[in-house]
Amino acid sequence: MSENSSNKNEWPLWEVFTQPKSGKPHQHAGSVHAVDAEMALQNARDVYARRNEGVNIWVVESKHITSSTPEDMGPFFDPANDKPYRHPQFYSVPRAVKKRS
Amino acid sequence: MDTEKRAEEFQQRIDAGEKIEPKDWMPERYRKQLIRMMSQHAHSEVVGMLPEGNWIERAPSLKRKLVLLAKVQDEAGHGLYIYSAAETLGISRKEMVEQYIYGDAKYSSIFNYPTLTYADICAIGWLVDGAAIVNQTMLARSSYGPYSRSMVRICKEESFHKKQGYEMIARMANGTEEQQKMAQDSVNRWWWPSLMMFGPHDSDSPNSAELIKWQVKLKTNDELRQHFVDRTVMEAKAIGLEIPDPDLKYNEETGHWDFGELPWDEFWNVIKGNGIMNKERIKTRKKAYEDGAWVREAATECARKKKLGEEKAS
Ligand SMILES: [Fe+2]
Ligand SMILES: [Fe+2]
Repeated sequence: MSENSSNKNEWPLWEVFTQPKSGKPHQHAGSVHAVDAEMALQNARDVYARRNEGVNIWVVESKHITSSTPEDMGPFFDPANDKPYRHPQFYSVPRAVKKRS
Repeated sequence: MDTEKRAEEFQQRIDAGEKIEPKDWMPERYRKQLIRMMSQHAHSEVVGMLPEGNWIERAPSLKRKLVLLAKVQDEAGHGLYIYSAAETLGISRKEMVEQYIYGDAKYSSIFNYPTLTYADICAIGWLVDGAAIVNQTMLARSSYGPYSRSMVRICKEESFHKKQGYEMIARMANGTEEQQKMAQDSVNRWWWPSLMMFGPHDSDSPNSAELIKWQVKLKTNDELRQHFVDRTVMEAKAIGLEIPDPDLKYNEETGHWDFGELPWDEFWNVIKGNGIMNKERIKTRKKAYEDGAWVREAATECARKKKLGEEKAS
């Protein structure tokens, strides 16, 4: 199929993160193709923020993202499961104090 | 772990209502079916710009022109959301686009009908986007995370598309005798093709059962079509337009509107590429793609030189 195409290479892929409101964290919106960061930002605005869905946009080339794999979902997050003392519910408080709070 | 065991676990995740994400294990066929379905969907959004784009320069007022421009731009956005979601399955954008420009990838048949009058633009917003909403609201709950998220985004925009169309056709239906005729004529031509958007009968739809098992789709073609008929009949009545179906009748028992058989010969014929506008649509898309090639190349080259300059300067 590619023999039909005159441009050999596709523009790089960028992941887009938009901040819905000031004070809110950025959220993944999707991706765009662009030749550089500046074009990625412009494309991201046109594609993912036509209706004020964002007050700020981050773009990062997809190849620079490292993600944990679904296979290590268990072991990778394990250390969290056996440490109940990290949660406030682990601690007891005298009854009189509890009532007041 | 062997594939069979994995497939079993995969099905359990689906049945438990979990979403599947790009890096999760999935049966090869699930991936293939999703790529097929999502790329077809994305192609449809993009081709969908053509029938309406045909009227941008002839919109009856500046307001309608602005609205139509915004709607057509949204459709481009829809195509991009879905292409972007499909790319997470390991297929490139370019490959998808070329499968359809040079290959035999399908897109929704509705866009192979011509837009003859401005009333057609009104009818498309009301009926075609209305049907798309029914389908896409279901797909927003699809099991593949990126697809479902792109649908949530799309559905928010589709309600604007449908409302602007319904508002315009209502106004025409309430206008001069000539306007009323025009509105009715466009409904007569777009009604059946809109019902065809839901695809063949369940009994003629080989992919349906599998897609439902995997919760890619949550309802069958016939269920969705019925839902669309029920709500559109009401909307037509409210503005005094006739649905061109002599068999349309409210069924007290089922609580649904019974309707006539679709012109299936026409349906299969358009799918095979013999619709009025099939050749024209592909030709236009191909021309845009090929005429734009130098722009894509020039932008790449420009970015390369800019980067080179920056490296030298530092
Ligand atoms: Fe759309
Ligand atoms: Fe739409």
